[in-house]
Amino acid sequence: MSDNPQSNVPSHSVASDERWTTVITPHRGWLDWRLKQLWRYRDLISLFVWRDFVSVYKQTILGPLWHIIQPLLTTIMFTVVFGKIANLPTNGVPPFLFYMAGIVGWTYFSNNVIKTSSTFVTNSAMLGKVYFHRLVIPVSIAISNLISFFIQLGIFLVFLAIYHFKHFPIHLTHWVLFTPLFVVMLAGYGLGCGIIVSALTTRYRDLTQLVAFGIQLLMYAVPVILPLSAVGLRYRWLMQDNPLTPIVEGFRLAFLGAGEVTLAQVGVSFGIMLIVLAIGTMLFTHVEKTFMDTV
Amino acid sequence: MSEIVISVENISKTYRLGQIGGGTLREDVARWMARLRGKPDPFVKIGEEHHARKMGEQFWALDKVSFQVKRGEVLGIIGSNGAGKSTLLKILSQVTCPTSGQIKIKGRIASLLEVGTGFHPELTGRENIFLNGAILGMTKGEIRNKFDEIVAFSGVEEFIDTPVKRYSSGMYVRLAFAVAAHLEPEILIVDEVLAVGDAEFQKKCLGKMQDVAEKEGRTVLFVSHNMAAVNRLCQTAVLMEGGNVAAQGGTASVIAKYLRFDTGEKTEFIPAPAKPIGNETITLHSLIVKGADGSPGPTFAGSAAIKVEITYRVLKPTSGLRVGFHLHGADGTIIFNATDVDGKMTDETRSHHPGLYASTCEIPAELLNRGQYSITVGSDTPAGVSFYCENVVSFAIVPDHARDAREENRQGLVCPRLKWNISREEEGKNRKAERGEVEILQ
Repeated sequence: MSDNPQSNVPSHSVASDERWTTVITPHRGWLDWRLKQLWRYRDLISLFVWRDFVSVYKQTILGPLWHIIQPLLTTIMFTVVFGKIANLPTNGVPPFLFYMAGIVGWTYFSNNVIKTSSTFVTNSAMLGKVYFHRLVIPVSIAISNLISFFIQLGIFLVFLAIYHFKHFPIHLTHWVLFTPLFVVMLAGYGLGCGIIVSALTTRYRDLTQLVAFGIQLLMYAVPVILPLSAVGLRYRWLMQDNPLTPIVEGFRLAFLGAGEVTLAQVGVSFGIMLIVLAIGTMLFTHVEKTFMDTV
Repeated sequence: MSEIVISVENISKTYRLGQIGGGTLREDVARWMARLRGKPDPFVKIGEEHHARKMGEQFWALDKVSFQVKRGEVLGIIGSNGAGKSTLLKILSQVTCPTSGQIKIKGRIASLLEVGTGFHPELTGRENIFLNGAILGMTKGEIRNKFDEIVAFSGVEEFIDTPVKRYSSGMYVRLAFAVAAHLEPEILIVDEVLAVGDAEFQKKCLGKMQDVAEKEGRTVLFVSHNMAAVNRLCQTAVLMEGGNVAAQGGTASVIAKYLRFDTGEKTEFIPAPAKPIGNETITLHSLIVKGADGSPGPTFAGSAAIKVEITYRVLKPTSGLRVGFHLHGADGTIIFNATDVDGKMTDETRSHHPGLYASTCEIPAELLNRGQYSITVGSDTPAGVSFYCENVVSFAIVPDHARDAREENRQGLVCPRLKWNISREEEGKNRKAERGEVEILQ
């Protein structure tokens, strides 16, 4: 019985002599996140992840190859436009590897934000019919994006090896050990920002339009295209104080041996991520109980 | 067994009427700025301010609803559209929160507000069983254990590995209901799932629900407009009206109240002239039920014919006019429909000049069984429905004392006197026939 997802934890104090399993009340605390209940829905999360992975590429010719083609084309485009034509500096790293390292991480973050931000609007039909822990949807999105992230990371490593044997010896640094942490942080930021937006879109639909544009704009404030070292002093703070910067720079430092990042910066970034996640969860919890009436 | 498993206490739910919020951020910011500067709301139209404040107008979908459900009870929830049934179910299944009050529940609750929730068209039947089951609250292990049973119940074995987008709508619903029917919650909420599927499948669904309730002792809340189904499945029922509980108790009495039987049989329905029922072409003048001999009712003997007289006023020349009624049994079942153009569908008979008309129908003697009946009257033209009034008059048929006691307890919705032929057969003739058969066989 303890494994049943719907034997809910009582959200409020229970009448003394009787044992109620669920008490439905008009108000829920801002901090009543029911994370234990979320854990009991892990089967549903895994099924959603699997559904997203399987269903997207049904009736396509290239299928899961799209996971590879998309970042590859972006990398080639960046290499040609920013590397060859504009001749922007890349910290002495081959432009192709430099851009790919940035794009792989950035794509994971931006996909998380964009996809989770429409949680309520795109799933309103389902959410209006049955109850399950609402965070199941954004969490499953972050996990299913992780699959394509790992595929892309694999491609990146393949290219890294190719370059290693041809003309560019790799300088893996001890920062490689931080890679899992970087992935967690990208997931946390993506999820946090995504659910904040999703909570707000139940009221302001405009935000859905804004998100795609905002993410694109944000990319220029993170060293995906320009390395931190190449930014002029006047605008440097914009990139340096950005909590996403240490992740991207750290990732490059790990695999390409070039990047500016300190442990302290990573620590601060991690702390901010936790705050973003907490704010997101709070807003999400607040909105979920009545969103059906407004969407 | 009388343990209470659901306790609904003073539940209210309000919705704001009209546009909710501004809808766009720009309007909300402007409104907020205006409030800061002490100026009136820039988006309120002139003259509207004196009206009830736009944001403040509320609609009470539920108004202090309270009731309790005991373990193993099958409770029917009935009421006309907009009575608050769906809102109540949404709160019970935690899809939305109440505005005030609380509900206490013992045990796992699962709702079939609509079957097939979360079905993904690209996935196969097999894959969707797992997905849908998990959405409804089952774990993968539970689904695996029940998988064969679910497939067998749905009757779509052959297509289980075909994407559901290629299913017919009937197959889709059957598969979806099969998943839902194999949930094992302590409390099951069922809303109108029986509106879909063919008669055979509906029967199967009702049977399954009965099993769940009777054999497994689970609690079921059943919302339906199908009074016959409610009557069959539920021991108790709640009648909702305008967000309130209007009646609660034994199913038969609650259904009777819903169908207005409790207000006493009323054999005349005459709309007030100030509030005409109908449209610009035709209005209903009166509907009267009386015995063929002119007796007023409201009880009629089964051995006598009954007249249903519909008077209506035609306001402009019209053709294709049709006036008729549904006759309902005590549980709401439609026993038959009849219209005044039955059997003579020519344009001539259906064209009317302005004036007052009466269409009278005679329900023959010896047709209706004993019991209570109500009539829904309606009229239409090829352009659409002119009027439609549900359950406006009612009457009762009582056993005819002149008849044999065995006759009085006949079963069935109708008890027609059919033509029988009774003859005495000669024994010798029979034997000859038998021999004849034997000869043929040899």
